Amino acid sequence: MIRQFGWGEFFFLIEGARWTVALSFLAFTVGGALGLAVALGRTSKYGWLRLLMATYIQIFQGTPLLIQLFFVYFGLPLLGLKVDVWVALTIGLSLHTSAFLGEIWRGSIQAVPDGQSEAARALGIGYVSRMVDVVLPQAFRIGLPATISFLVNLIKGTALAALLGLTELTRSGQLMANITFQPLQVYGAVALIYFIICVPLTYCSARIERRLNAAR
Amino acid sequence: MTYKYDFEPVFAAWPMLVDGIVGTLKMSSLSMVMGLSLGIVFMLMRMSKHRAPRALAIGYIEMIRNTPILVQVFFVFFGMPAIGIRLSGEQAAILAMTLNCAAYAAEIVRGGVQSIRPGQIEAGRALGMHGLDIYRFIVFRPAIRAVYPALCSQFILMMLNSSLMSSVSAEELTYFAQTLDSQTFRSFEIYLTLGVIYLALSQFFSIALGMIGRVYFSYPAK
Repeated sequence: MIRQFGWGEFFFLIEGARWTVALSFLAFTVGGALGLAVALGRTSKYGWLRLLMATYIQIFQGTPLLIQLFFVYFGLPLLGLKVDVWVALTIGLSLHTSAFLGEIWRGSIQAVPDGQSEAARALGIGYVSRMVDVVLPQAFRIGLPATISFLVNLIKGTALAALLGLTELTRSGQLMANITFQPLQVYGAVALIYFIICVPLTYCSARIERRLNAAR
Repeated sequence: MTYKYDFEPVFAAWPMLVDGIVGTLKMSSLSMVMGLSLGIVFMLMRMSKHRAPRALAIGYIEMIRNTPILVQVFFVFFGMPAIGIRLSGEQAAILAMTLNCAAYAAEIVRGGVQSIRPGQIEAGRALGMHGLDIYRFIVFRPAIRAVYPALCSQFILMMLNSSLMSSVSAEELTYFAQTLDSQTFRSFEIYLTLGVIYLALSQFFSIALGMIGRVYFSYPAK
């Protein structure tokens, strides 16, 4: 007897969506922290550090996310680390996030007028305070729309976890499509759930961008 | 336990990797060209005076931009046979990538068209230019030129995304790598090599698209 795609099946997808949200949240938090380090390195006064971070960003922006995830997944055991697939995915997605957010935030930091940090330096404010109190709050405002757009990309990127076997939203969809033989409805529903998660963010990002442009 | 790196089986299978590169190049360039063309149609609909085409275009663009491309290709490959459209893996992959690219291209090109000042069009009209010529030479070409870098990064992203198409058995680079993986079990070496190849491919596209841009947009700046 073949199951029909009904409410029970839909709730199975929602359960999968919890993993999508959890994975995105983890990767965004960890990747965000790393990304800040990348952005600061990319704008530091040391040439070698800037070059190192530029290479790091180039590598992650020039290879597919899928390959990055495979690489981490198969590479970690070689370092002697036996980890669950979701840990490997979190690490892979965090590294990916750190490179992209690093590049976005580098742009925002450089968009803050030079006078701001020159004034801070003239007042004898040290690097940490100059960044934390003067430059970063202004950079944050400038970088917010692009950061939210990237978050949407990250949420969509977690779909690749399905190809490594983690039962998140897309993988739940694959399973349901195999059970019910109604792939059209199932993948339609999966797309709809992603849409519902992502649209508010896209809307927010567009709104903030408009407001920032109007302020200028 | 120390792991012994062995790239021998990976390099021995170079004809397979070359096939993969050809597949990736073919699929991504096809969907770039078709995606841009379809994207321009959606852009025109999006900017239309009438509400119906505008709503249709907005709905389409937002639907595509807010769902993963992996789900889109699953929808095309596994879902569409239910309504009688049966495609091979490669066809489904190209269709999904084209549809995806069109939505992004539409938004990017719209940004360019909106950057054209009305005075330019009025000037064209004052010189007695034909409506279609105005669109082609005064609106369209400068618009594309203005957003060309953004369009290029979208294209490169598209090429990188083609790696997902191995999941519907479209014969591109990652597909062959996975085949090779199941034959040799040299996963780490294979994905390392693959990363290097993709890096080279994205550099290649970046340079090639830049050159196309320089030739096509080499008329005097506005």
